[in-house]
Amino acid sequence: MKLTDLPDSRGHFGPYGGIFVAETLMAALEELRVEYDRARRDPAFMAEFEYELKHYVGRPSPIYHARRLSEAYGGAQIYLKREDLNHTGAHKINNTIGQALLARRMGKKRVIAETGAGQHGVASATVAARYGMECVVYMGAEDVARQAPNVFRMKLLGATVVPVSSGSKTLKDALNEAMRDWVTNVESTFYILGTAAGPHPYPMLVRDFQCVIGRECIEQMPELTGRQPDAVVACVGGGSNAIGIFHPYIPHEGVRLIGVEAGGSGVDSGKHAAPLTAGTPGVLHGFRSYLMQDENGQIIETHSVSAGLDYPGVGPEHSYLKDAGRAEYVAINDDEALAAFHDLCRFEGIIPALESSHAVAQAKKLAPTLRKDQIILVNLSGRGDKDINTVAKVSGITL
Amino acid sequence: MSRIGQTFTALKAQNRKALIPFITAGDPGKGMTVPLMHALVDAGADIIELGVPFSDPMADGPVIQRASERALANKVGLRDVLAMTAEFRKTNTTTPVVLMGYANPVERMGYETFAKAASEAGVDGVLTVDIPPEESAGVADVFKAHGLDPIFLLSPTTPESRIEQVAAAAGGFIYYVSLKGVTGSANLDTAEVAEKLAMVRKHCSLPVGVGFGIRDAATAEAVARIADAVVVGSRLIGEIESAPEGECVTRVRHLLADLRRGVDAATK
Repeated sequence: MKLTDLPDSRGHFGPYGGIFVAETLMAALEELRVEYDRARRDPAFMAEFEYELKHYVGRPSPIYHARRLSEAYGGAQIYLKREDLNHTGAHKINNTIGQALLARRMGKKRVIAETGAGQHGVASATVAARYGMECVVYMGAEDVARQAPNVFRMKLLGATVVPVSSGSKTLKDALNEAMRDWVTNVESTFYILGTAAGPHPYPMLVRDFQCVIGRECIEQMPELTGRQPDAVVACVGGGSNAIGIFHPYIPHEGVRLIGVEAGGSGVDSGKHAAPLTAGTPGVLHGFRSYLMQDENGQIIETHSVSAGLDYPGVGPEHSYLKDAGRAEYVAINDDEALAAFHDLCRFEGIIPALESSHAVAQAKKLAPTLRKDQIILVNLSGRGDKDINTVAKVSGITL
Repeated sequence: MSRIGQTFTALKAQNRKALIPFITAGDPGKGMTVPLMHALVDAGADIIELGVPFSDPMADGPVIQRASERALANKVGLRDVLAMTAEFRKTNTTTPVVLMGYANPVERMGYETFAKAASEAGVDGVLTVDIPPEESAGVADVFKAHGLDPIFLLSPTTPESRIEQVAAAAGGFIYYVSLKGVTGSANLDTAEVAEKLAMVRKHCSLPVGVGFGIRDAATAEAVARIADAVVVGSRLIGEIESAPEGECVTRVRHLLADLRRGVDAATK
């Protein structure tokens, strides 16, 4: 089977993916699978999705040649796919529009979502307002504290934000709680999952909605540079922005695909969120993939300066691409990501999300190893306004 | 016939229904589980469900999640749960023990390694709540090969067309989840459950246990009228959680005896 033909009919990417949920959700996932299968072959549905991406999100997002950054990094030319310029400030909106249209098609009036950094929560609250749906967002209590601007944004948009105080109080616990809500209200509620993870069909449908990123790049790069890039670099938490830009490039064999995980205080320190770099396969949140776990199969608490990458699992397709050798995965530490954050601010006048700063930091490492006429395309998945409090705090500044 | 099968056969001959208490292994303390298991049997348990602690119990409500967190704080993992079962078996060779938990601890140990160790420890059945029959192809066979009954869930949302598929993979008994929601939820509608059980029995010859929402002798009696077994979890864990130090075993014994009277009243 070709890499681009996955998953199989039951959501498997080789040994990864699948549907590992309690019985109560099986029927809902089947309903979603069937409805999505119809929707994606329905020209009216796809036309509306594309219309919304163009007129509401502002797509296509531009690709920008970061000349001063490239010069400073001393090697390959760095281009940025500007997902940060999307409405709501990140790639997350591509997926939430797709899922909200599905929810409407299925007659669901209530949507729920989990969020880490708050970007997916904001994107979910946004589409709920746009299509007139009730919205409840689950967010780890620790993330509520460190992403206050996004919490207020969600409330402005009419969503209810529920802080989750169980476990590590971060994204994984928010996901547990969203699943619990869904299992209780399964008939009235659509679960807008924020990343290319979870039980089938979510990894597939989130990827499909995010693939607009990579498809645009494949058209835009030759217009800008006369060819495709030598490497595509994207940060990986759950991995939706990365799979969105990687997937259309899979058949382009000359293009290296590099996913960047959160190295936290360093992979050797154990305080990180890099399951592909330092984890082992297991089952969590409805799917099999690389995980951060201990020898008893308990999930380990993760650490990253970036709330959006602070997740112990990763989308199953990334696990498959890693094993297949089609994509490479590396880890970038907090301090390296913060340095790249400041670089992009100072050299290009762009404040990037801390998540995306991990990808920029990898470009910083990669660029000097390449020739000046080679090209690195970085997916700048989100803007950094939401992170200014975190960056100030790390720098010892009180705003 | 497995110990679970024998238990149901014997109960049927006596016109009685099974009472299946659930406790989380390692809660409230590592040394408390085996005494609690014996106390449950003394007070009328027919089968014991032993929860394997997991860091992310997605299908459980706050009560069982807290039990899991306490057990993990006590450093109790799957290997400890097997050791506790083996310890229990030293003095009890008749009461079936079913391990209930999530896929990952078993996945991490390896299905074959786990099945062999569980069988040797005296485990009779395994319910991994996040492995539906669709994902259990190899798993259920490995369990069966080691004499473990693979126990599966049915729920109010399970379509009739799926019941046979689940029943075909299952052994021991079917666990019918009485309501949409997580463990510890309220609002059990026994009329609705009865209707669904009638449908389940059309497609499944295994005994059917009902869990979720059973709070007291009255709800236990109502469920025992329509099911082959009554499963009680969160209510017991709540009792363990609120018991003053030293009184945990006594409190649990009293509560279970009360539930037993409820179950037996259904067939009087």
